[in-house]
Amino acid sequence: MRRERAPLLIAVLAALGAAFFIAPLVGLIVRTPWGSAVQSLLAPDTLQALRLSLEASLSATAIALFLGVPLAWVYARIDFPGRSVLRALTTLPMVLPPVVGGIALLLAFGRRGLLGAWLDNSFGITLPFTTAGVVMAETFVAMPFLVLTVEAGLRSMDRRYEEAARALGAHRWTVFTRVTLPLVAPSLVAGSILCWARALGEFGATITFAGNFPGVTQTMPLAVYLLLETNPESSFVLSLVLLSVSLLVLIGLRDRWLGTA
Amino acid sequence: MGRRVASLLVVAAFFAAACGSSSSTASSSPSATPLSGNISVFAAASLAASFNALGTSFQRAHPGATIQFNFAGTPTLVNQIEQGAPADVFASADTANMQALGDAGFTTGSSHVFAHNKLEIVVASGNPKGITGLADLAQPGVIYITEGPTVPAGKYALQALARAGVTVTPRSLETAVTGVISKIELGEADAGIVYTTDVQAAGGKVAGVPIPDADNVIAAYPIVAVKGSTNLALANAFIAYVVSDAGQSTMATFGFQHV
Repeated sequence: MRRERAPLLIAVLAALGAAFFIAPLVGLIVRTPWGSAVQSLLAPDTLQALRLSLEASLSATAIALFLGVPLAWVYARIDFPGRSVLRALTTLPMVLPPVVGGIALLLAFGRRGLLGAWLDNSFGITLPFTTAGVVMAETFVAMPFLVLTVEAGLRSMDRRYEEAARALGAHRWTVFTRVTLPLVAPSLVAGSILCWARALGEFGATITFAGNFPGVTQTMPLAVYLLLETNPESSFVLSLVLLSVSLLVLIGLRDRWLGTA
Repeated sequence: MGRRVASLLVVAAFFAAACGSSSSTASSSPSATPLSGNISVFAAASLAASFNALGTSFQRAHPGATIQFNFAGTPTLVNQIEQGAPADVFASADTANMQALGDAGFTTGSSHVFAHNKLEIVVASGNPKGITGLADLAQPGVIYITEGPTVPAGKYALQALARAGVTVTPRSLETAVTGVISKIELGEADAGIVYTTDVQAAGGKVAGVPIPDADNVIAAYPIVAVKGSTNLALANAFIAYVVSDAGQSTMATFGFQHV
């Protein structure tokens, strides 16, 4: 096969485009104080933010799986009026500015919110300024990634296996758990990873809805943002940690996104 | 032609007034050309209402000049300037952050304290939790939020609580006074410590509970022209206006105290 050569102008613009993405990464790596990196990482505040981030993002992913897989199944299999509108509304957080998401969460689940006031009055449950609030904010922003990925998996799978199972007398629930879920396992894994990565990086909705307090609501991205004002070098190290996680996610999903090139 | 001469006279009169009334302040360079161009003023979040008013009247006096404001928590502003944000004037809510910016080599000359402010407890309108003083902030069932300890208001709040001998764990450390006010206004938190001017600026949406002078902290606001400003003449003229009698009386209407 003949190798194609890029016209000069396209080559130059493409190089500029690539450099635009590479330069910030190089900047971060160059400016990271490697000598004190381990020390910064092991500082109590950092470990606290790291632990909270892991707990909250994993919880958010678990909730997203629990609620998002059924939602994806309904979108893929049930034809009902208003489905496309509902799907658009539930995937809105993917394109919504996260701060707007945080304000919307406050107005719904805040102490004076539509549902939050009832939660507070009836059960004494308030979500802002709690770790549960962080999990909610992260779930709100990250779950659509899982729903869309799983829905795509459900739509592209071979339905004949389900039909065969049904014909052999399996109950609908058995078909879902024993046939459908195993067949879309790759989509479940990819969707969970995407969802988790988005939850881990969540900033705007979290600081707006859940506030900021070390050990309770101050996740890694919040710590990075605030450290920039007091201890920039530590914030560089934490940024690099988050960057590495993102990079690992991308490598893990390379077959999906990067092709086999 | 006549109009230009007239505007020159206005400017000259302004400078005479500005310089005459504030002998101890920044020397505004009395240039012969009218002030023009634009400057960016980076000011502490608690200055938003008063500086917007000052900016409006300054621009009315100098039709060729445009002032853009960037209001945020003071440490955020310091960080932005150090990272190369194009600031011409910096107004800080404390002297420590001003000192830090000066030590990093980003200021021209010495800064001038142009306003004083006091702390107040901010509560929801009507004070539903019946908070009467700092000690009430530690009551169970009161959600207290404050600014992070690097934000001047947060630092002053810690000092006031220490003076009153009150230990209270905040539920959130907001990045600016505006975050505290809005969360109390929304009803998510019950009380916070902010400046008296913030309570006044919020109108009836929140209420204030005074902190006795013995426990209170007086915040000093210094202002300075930022090194590397592309319009130092305009920057200094704005600073001169802030410290002038006219500027000070505007600050006073927003609840700031004369220096």
